[in-house]
Amino acid sequence: MSFPWLSVMLFLPIAGALVVMVLPGAGSALHKQVALGTSLLTLAVGVALAIRYDSGSSAAYQFTEQHEWIKSFGAHYALGVDGVGLTLVMLTVILAPVVILASWNDAEGGRWSPKAFFAWMLALEGLAVGVFAATDVFLFYVFFEATLIPIYFLIGGFGGPTRARASVKFLLYSLAGGLIMLASVIGLYVESARHQGGRASGGATYLVTELAKIDFGTDVGRWLFLGFFVAFAIKAPMFPVHTWLPDTTEAATPGTSVMLVSVLDKIGTFGMLRFCLELFPEASKWATPAVVVFAVISIVYGALMAIGSDNIPRLIAYTSVSHFGFIVLGIFVMNSQGLSGANLYMFNHGLSTAALFLVTGFLISRRGSALISDFGGVEKVAPVLAGIFLIAGLSSLSLPGLSPFVSEFLVIVGAFSYSHVAAAFAVSGIVLAAIYILFMYQRTMTGPTRDEVAGMKDLGTREVAALAPVLLLIVILGFFPKPLLSVINPSVDHTLERVQKHDPAPEVPLPTSTGSSLQEGAHE
Amino acid sequence: MVNLEALHELPPAVGSAPTDGAFSLLWLVIALPALGAAVLLLGGKRTDKWGHLLATAAVIGSFVISLILFFSLTGRDSGDRQVTQHLWNWFTTGSYSVNFDLLYDQLSAVFLLLITGVGSLIHVYSIGYMEHDVRRRRFFGYLNLFVAAMLVLILAADYVGVFLGWEGVGLASYLLIGFWQHKPSAAAAAKKAFVINRVGDIGLSLGTALIFITFGSTSFAVVSAGSHEASSGALTGIGLLLLLAACGKSAQFPLQSWLLDAMEGPTPVSALIHAATMVTAGVYLIVRSNFIFSLTEDARTAVIIIGCITLLMGAVIGCAKDDIKKALAGSTMSQIGYMVLAAGLGPAGYAFAIFHLLTHGFFKANMFLGAGSVMHGMNDDVNMRNYGALRKAMPITFATFGIGYLAILGVPPFAGFWSKDKIIETAFADNFLVGLCALVGAGVTAFYMTRLMLLTYFGEKRWEKDVHPHESPKVMTYPLIALAVLSAFGGLFTLNSWISDWLAPVVGEHGEHELGIPAIVMSLIILVVVALGVAVAVQLVGKREVPKVAPEKVSVFTRAARADLYGDAFNDEVIVKPGVAGIRGLAVFDRSVVDGGVEGLATALSAISGRFRLLQNGFVRSYALALLAGATIVIFALLAVNFG
Repeated sequence: MSFPWLSVMLFLPIAGALVVMVLPGAGSALHKQVALGTSLLTLAVGVALAIRYDSGSSAAYQFTEQHEWIKSFGAHYALGVDGVGLTLVMLTVILAPVVILASWNDAEGGRWSPKAFFAWMLALEGLAVGVFAATDVFLFYVFFEATLIPIYFLIGGFGGPTRARASVKFLLYSLAGGLIMLASVIGLYVESARHQGGRASGGATYLVTELAKIDFGTDVGRWLFLGFFVAFAIKAPMFPVHTWLPDTTEAATPGTSVMLVSVLDKIGTFGMLRFCLELFPEASKWATPAVVVFAVISIVYGALMAIGSDNIPRLIAYTSVSHFGFIVLGIFVMNSQGLSGANLYMFNHGLSTAALFLVTGFLISRRGSALISDFGGVEKVAPVLAGIFLIAGLSSLSLPGLSPFVSEFLVIVGAFSYSHVAAAFAVSGIVLAAIYILFMYQRTMTGPTRDEVAGMKDLGTREVAALAPVLLLIVILGFFPKPLLSVINPSVDHTLERVQKHDPAPEVPLPTSTGSSLQEGAHE
Repeated sequence: MVNLEALHELPPAVGSAPTDGAFSLLWLVIALPALGAAVLLLGGKRTDKWGHLLATAAVIGSFVISLILFFSLTGRDSGDRQVTQHLWNWFTTGSYSVNFDLLYDQLSAVFLLLITGVGSLIHVYSIGYMEHDVRRRRFFGYLNLFVAAMLVLILAADYVGVFLGWEGVGLASYLLIGFWQHKPSAAAAAKKAFVINRVGDIGLSLGTALIFITFGSTSFAVVSAGSHEASSGALTGIGLLLLLAACGKSAQFPLQSWLLDAMEGPTPVSALIHAATMVTAGVYLIVRSNFIFSLTEDARTAVIIIGCITLLMGAVIGCAKDDIKKALAGSTMSQIGYMVLAAGLGPAGYAFAIFHLLTHGFFKANMFLGAGSVMHGMNDDVNMRNYGALRKAMPITFATFGIGYLAILGVPPFAGFWSKDKIIETAFADNFLVGLCALVGAGVTAFYMTRLMLLTYFGEKRWEKDVHPHESPKVMTYPLIALAVLSAFGGLFTLNSWISDWLAPVVGEHGEHELGIPAIVMSLIILVVVALGVAVAVQLVGKREVPKVAPEKVSVFTRAARADLYGDAFNDEVIVKPGVAGIRGLAVFDRSVVDGGVEGLATALSAISGRFRLLQNGFVRSYALALLAGATIVIFALLAVNFG
């Protein structure tokens, strides 16, 4: 039995959450330091895990742990990560300390004591790790639902005036999705029990690796697929089940929004890969045309709504609807470029959206208003804030040189390879993104300085320190995304094998000898 | 397959010999200004004192390396002048691999000298021009960022690398147009430039995607080696998409409207970015992609048409502007139109497009900096109606500007004569109508440039009160003199058709074009047309009194030209207004239909079920109940199946 890396990353933050709650007081510096320390320790474990991860391994999952949990259901406590899981686990543990540091003073005046905010944050981190690491469908479902508890309290307890309404709306959507998925989870059990004859161990099972061996048949596979897909589409969120997201980010604190949009929403697209394509390849291919249409609508619709938003957190939420459209598009075009791009996109979107939510959060808390029209000329009084805002915005519009470019470009290439029309519509997103980001920047940061913002302070050391690692990653990964791609690519190859798709050959065959020195990078 | 018989020979493939010796310095050309930008922008106020000097030194360093590289290249055999420096693998997915590779060949060598050379002069000039600006350090940081990005653009050995530089210069342009961003007009102009360029980027994105799908790679080496095997549909598609990209970056019709607004930026920016280098990137893209364009007649025809429209459009706009920078901007549009037109002529025109790009880089940077010098002396006034008789007050500026004027007119032996004549000749050899467009453009150019000269340097003083024009300091006039020298002698590049021979290994050989008349007769015809343009300007502007306020009662043509031929009005009516209305409608739709549908469903459900309402009041217990209920259902269901 090797060291239970993933369990440590799962339970360490939860234990930290308990410690924060048990410590006396309402929310002193000590609580925050314990929370930050715990998240940093978890990050350290995560870094060690990432270094030990073997991208050349042929195993489906690494750092696997497996214990029988509820035998009669065939449920296991089974953890493990492939390249996709690893990148999302890493995203979670990178963003948690960033969010905790950035939210240092955001928990005052909430419904509960500030320490509850940090405890819930840590609990959320641990459960999110669980979601991305679960290799048992039942365990995944439990974590999937369990993450709702901390995020619900974070939204409903510590946000703006509309938080109560927003948290309920969020919960209703999530529960609806969860219930639909539950039906499919049960269905999986039924099918697994029916197909048990082929397995040595006997009995039903929820292990993903075992379920993947079952041929569910056309009809059953499609129904089960739909149950999962709808839940994930709500989570992601896609048009037309997206409206909970802007309402939620409008009410939530910036830190909560980051954990929600950058991390938890990824469960949706992660689930599409891990469960929809992995377990139901035939049904996924069957659904592709419709999913692509919805993805493209999400891209354009989200971007247009973002342009029309005056409320900054709502605007960012809509940009995410657009970005999730790109991710879903990349997944379902089912070729190397699309899938690698989508996987990379999940990570990069997490970074860029985190930067955007946090820096605008600092801006909003200084002015006491989230409306774009209440700002103007901030650059003059707070140049560092403006500069970081611009970089975060440029990463959101996928400027080459910043990490989101590679992912968006790959998705566009993959989409173009699948359908010229789909790509042509999707690519309009790059123009709309320039409009929503730069229009926001223009109206808040440039022009004559308004009286209301004339006394605004520039970012302090803590705020810059919270954002710096994210910005640094955005720049480094923009030029050198290889660390991510080297773990993602094997997973993509596996997925392509699962759905039995091959990349189309180019019209002109690649030369074998000429240009070999240029192609050498492919073999590095 | 394309019709190979129609070609003299296949377009040359891009070589990929590894770098050695002096060529291993190639990456430094980019790294120096990139480092300068990083130090200045991240260093903050600490670098205020010496930041501008560091930035200038960085670009001059790049220029020196460019010179070393250039002479190392000329020392090689003409067949051995393409070297590739592999830096690192950018990304790889499936069979698709993109490397950070730099390609140094005859084409990029010329650009390297132009960018770092003119760039150095403009950095020096800016030390004086921006002296009193409190944010001077930041200005130089952005300028360095621009130079680094522009060098990436022309050194990249892969279309995705070009994309990186392409958007990098777009960003620098955005930052510099909006440099005085406290002015709402500057901020709006910056955003407009970026957004319109993004429309062009659609072309570059999809074009690159189509290149990948066709060739399985986006590196120049692979694509150029395989382009003759591609279907004509794919080639035409790629050509048109790249043309769209070029239209955005090079302000060609129909994406031209941002360039005039871009004059909101400080004048050195207009000279470097919006005249000499960045706006010519579209021409570079087409010429670099000669292995695509040479094989697709359809795409080349589109390129020619766009070039013709823009060269006339820009010239007409230039005629009606009273703002000296906008008049020059119209002229830039028009001159780039010439280059695009030349590039569209295929192997016969590629070299001339690059030649004109070079000479235009010299004389237009010269004139923009000259305009900046004039503004410097006129308290930043840009209205030529307030100028007049400045030749005495600013003798150096006048003399250098005058050389630029003669160069753009195409008066022999100044630089523009050699490059523009070649384009017009080649255009006539290709098609009479196209040649006629180019010829008429030359006449209109003579008109608007003469008008500009007369309004600014001749006639009566029309100065505002408290304006005391004076010559600019040496740090500004020396770059002017240097550029004037280049504007005068830049034509020497074509001696013994050096430039054509030099570029031939990159863009392909071509036979002598067949013009019905001797070249000398053609040149005379062009000169007569130019003289006609000058004469009309002298008649209309020089011999009359210039009113301080632009007359209102003017012809529809003047009004149209003043309104930039209604480019903005068209965009507003056809794209912006319906777009805004549509987005408003969409917001209502999102609230009432999409969201309302779901909320209505929830309300209906809660009305039916009292228990459901518990869920909605948002308390912990209802959620716990829901979880419990969910879990119970799971357990029962599972038990039922298992033991049923």
